[in-house]
Amino acid sequence: MSIKLKAKDYKSSVKPVWCPGCGHFSILSALTKSLAYLKIPKHKIGFVSGIGCSSRIPAYFDTYGFHGVHGRGLAVASGLKAARPDLHVIVAGGDGDGFSIGGNHFIHACRRNMDMLYIVMDNQVYGMTKGQASPTTAPDWVNKLTPHGSGLRPFEPLAIALASGASFIARSFSGDPSSMSQTLVEAIQHPGFSFVQVLSPCKTFRPEQVEWKQQVHNAFTEPTDDLSIAAQRIHSDDGMGMGIVFKRDIPVWSLQALQSYQEPSQKADCQTRIESIINEFQL
Amino acid sequence: MSKSSFSVAVTGSGGSGAVTAGLILLETIAQHGFYGFMMRSSGPQIRGGESAVMMHFDKNEILTTNNQFDYLLALDWFNIERFIDEIPLGEKSLVIYDLNAGEIPEILSHNNINFIAIDLKKMAKSIQGGRANMIALGLLANLLSLSIKHLHKAVSKALRHKGNDVILTSVECITLGMEEQTKNSAWSVPNHSYFVASQPEPKSTRWSITGNEACALGALIAGVRFVAAYPITPATEILEWLSPRLEQLGGGLVQAEDELASINMIIGASFGGVASLTATSGPGLSLMMEGIGLAIASETPVVIVNVTRGGPSTGIPTKSEQSDLNIALYGCHGDAPHLVLAPLTISDAVFTTYWATCLAEKLQTVAIVLSDQFLGQSRAIINEPVFKKVNCKRLIMSLDKLKEKDYQRYKGTDNSVSPMSIPGTPASMYTADGLEHNAKGIPSSLNIDHISQLEKRHNKLIQFDYGEQWAEITGQGDIILITWGSSTAMVKEGAQLLVQSGHTIKTIAIRLIMPLQLKLLSKALEAAEKVIVIEQNQGKQLFHYLHAQNAIPVDTHSIARAGPLPLRPNEIAELVEAVLCQ
Repeated sequence: MSIKLKAKDYKSSVKPVWCPGCGHFSILSALTKSLAYLKIPKHKIGFVSGIGCSSRIPAYFDTYGFHGVHGRGLAVASGLKAARPDLHVIVAGGDGDGFSIGGNHFIHACRRNMDMLYIVMDNQVYGMTKGQASPTTAPDWVNKLTPHGSGLRPFEPLAIALASGASFIARSFSGDPSSMSQTLVEAIQHPGFSFVQVLSPCKTFRPEQVEWKQQVHNAFTEPTDDLSIAAQRIHSDDGMGMGIVFKRDIPVWSLQALQSYQEPSQKADCQTRIESIINEFQL
Repeated sequence: MSKSSFSVAVTGSGGSGAVTAGLILLETIAQHGFYGFMMRSSGPQIRGGESAVMMHFDKNEILTTNNQFDYLLALDWFNIERFIDEIPLGEKSLVIYDLNAGEIPEILSHNNINFIAIDLKKMAKSIQGGRANMIALGLLANLLSLSIKHLHKAVSKALRHKGNDVILTSVECITLGMEEQTKNSAWSVPNHSYFVASQPEPKSTRWSITGNEACALGALIAGVRFVAAYPITPATEILEWLSPRLEQLGGGLVQAEDELASINMIIGASFGGVASLTATSGPGLSLMMEGIGLAIASETPVVIVNVTRGGPSTGIPTKSEQSDLNIALYGCHGDAPHLVLAPLTISDAVFTTYWATCLAEKLQTVAIVLSDQFLGQSRAIINEPVFKKVNCKRLIMSLDKLKEKDYQRYKGTDNSVSPMSIPGTPASMYTADGLEHNAKGIPSSLNIDHISQLEKRHNKLIQFDYGEQWAEITGQGDIILITWGSSTAMVKEGAQLLVQSGHTIKTIAIRLIMPLQLKLLSKALEAAEKVIVIEQNQGKQLFHYLHAQNAIPVDTHSIARAGPLPLRPNEIAELVEAVLCQ
């Protein structure tokens, strides 16, 4: 495909369900810019998600997409990438999808370190079910379901990702699309599991998040490959520090024997091998 | 004295080598021209737990355990009471046991069983690295006049991973056992020496295979190249067998973090164009239900082999039951049409899993294959399975087929199966969705889209011509026994007993349970005087399913007996006789 793709070419004609002013719009545009910059053919992208406001995003891309069930985006993506190592696999979802119902898959996707990008569009709230506390919500945030606040300390996505073995860890802000786009470019280029937490305000259920624009700051100017330095950075940060915290080249997991899909030249050979497998059962 | 059908059981604590001794015996007797069936039973312990193998030999293909055992090799008495229900003994039975194992347990001392006590340990000690199980095997082999040549071959195969020294030592132990049996007249019991060497070698090629291996093989032949799974008893052998063989075929297996991941990983791989499968058992199947619904809604073909164990909850992991039919049929929320198949025998497991994979691919849906511990972990000597290949191809969107500008993934067609575009194909990108969607795959809550997509997913399964493979019908008669899955062999043999006592019996073993082939079943039930549904669960699950579809007469009888004990042919014959007397 020699046609030069522009950012907008990656968008589909489907209109997003998001509320006006939602941070997710700018994540959508930043990602299209990153993909156009990297000249990734649209049909070579598999965009996978779970359930939630943010998980609607694959349909807004003119790529291959899979909008699965709540919390399982990473599992679908891991199967897709394992079976089709030739594809660029991107996973996106929200803080509830990724850290609560899909928490186990998050840990093991970090551990497995397959070559894919995982974006969590974090707005610290369950939006689609109309405003309940998520794992990243502050303990004293009051809502109908937990009228006294959740009383729970927020989940620390970057720390968990680091402890679980992710090889690229970054934080971005939807209000700063150009640096987000740069981070996403680096995340896509990184061989291995790249985790990017994007703070993305929810105008409807968390209007106070409009303040985030003032609170975010560039904290991680140079990524480290040192685990203890990365841990220190994450734990000493106020949760609003932006940039690539950690990046390290470690072995990327893949199915060694899985040749790219449907190679006709392999088929005759396959038949012979099946016959020899069948012969194992003969007395 | 020559005998053409006999049974042997071997029991012992974990590490005593009961299963290995059984395997060697099975393959040796097979070399003598016999067919055999070996059922495994084990306790819950990881190591130090008890295990038992129960073998039945015959000059014809045999897939059931016997009503009474001729021989029991008890390597020790460890937890023997847990197995004794599965190993019926009587006055014709001979028990060979280790003198060091202590007194004969009371549970065995009731009827006139014959015993030979041998100091197996002492004999084993006389050979460096010698083992009691091999000495005992030698004793029994001599009683059965087995050839040392065949024994050597079977030992070499069973212990090939342990190296040549272990093989030689084992053969030495077996030889010692054989010699001592000849020398010592106290170690033979009149009427318990059978010459089994007299069977002519069967003409057809024979296999030694377990049900779990058979399911795995069927899937490989059908083109499965990707497996994601979480280990679970009694399905793990399917995965362990597949893992290296998938690699040989350019595929692979991923050990997932849980069953939720397993099912979603195979959905992802299948979306990527690779035929995919997972294997599990009840607790895992429960966890997979949301993923199964997703595969149905997104029309992504996947195969789930469920090796059923006793339920509910953790239940009895190591023992068999046919009690997962309800969840396989009804486990999903919403209207979620899919395929449910059940292999009838170990041999049939190759075909049924092959066929299930082909149907899932062809119809872009979920196929659940209901095996169970009895079928999966038993090993049989069978004739090489022969079956007709069917068209396994998924309908793929290719660029030359793309006439309209916009590709519509879920657009209705004459047979309701729409061409699927595989990632990597330019110009026909789409997003698969578990949300209700329109023909393009875009989420929709409109009445018209919901109705048309529900009908599409329903119709594609209903309109398909499944042919004659939906069931196996044997015999002719006005008494009709309907069964499914692993109970088939026992029901068929029970039917033979009933025929011998003058009844006319037809057996219908249903292989394709959902969608039920109602017209064909009704035709098979024409002129039925009495219909009896036989299955191994407490809840009469097949019986209720057939009733719900008006598939059987109102006065149909149910014989439903829970696991973990396998149904026995004579038990079935007695229960059917009781129904007929009513």
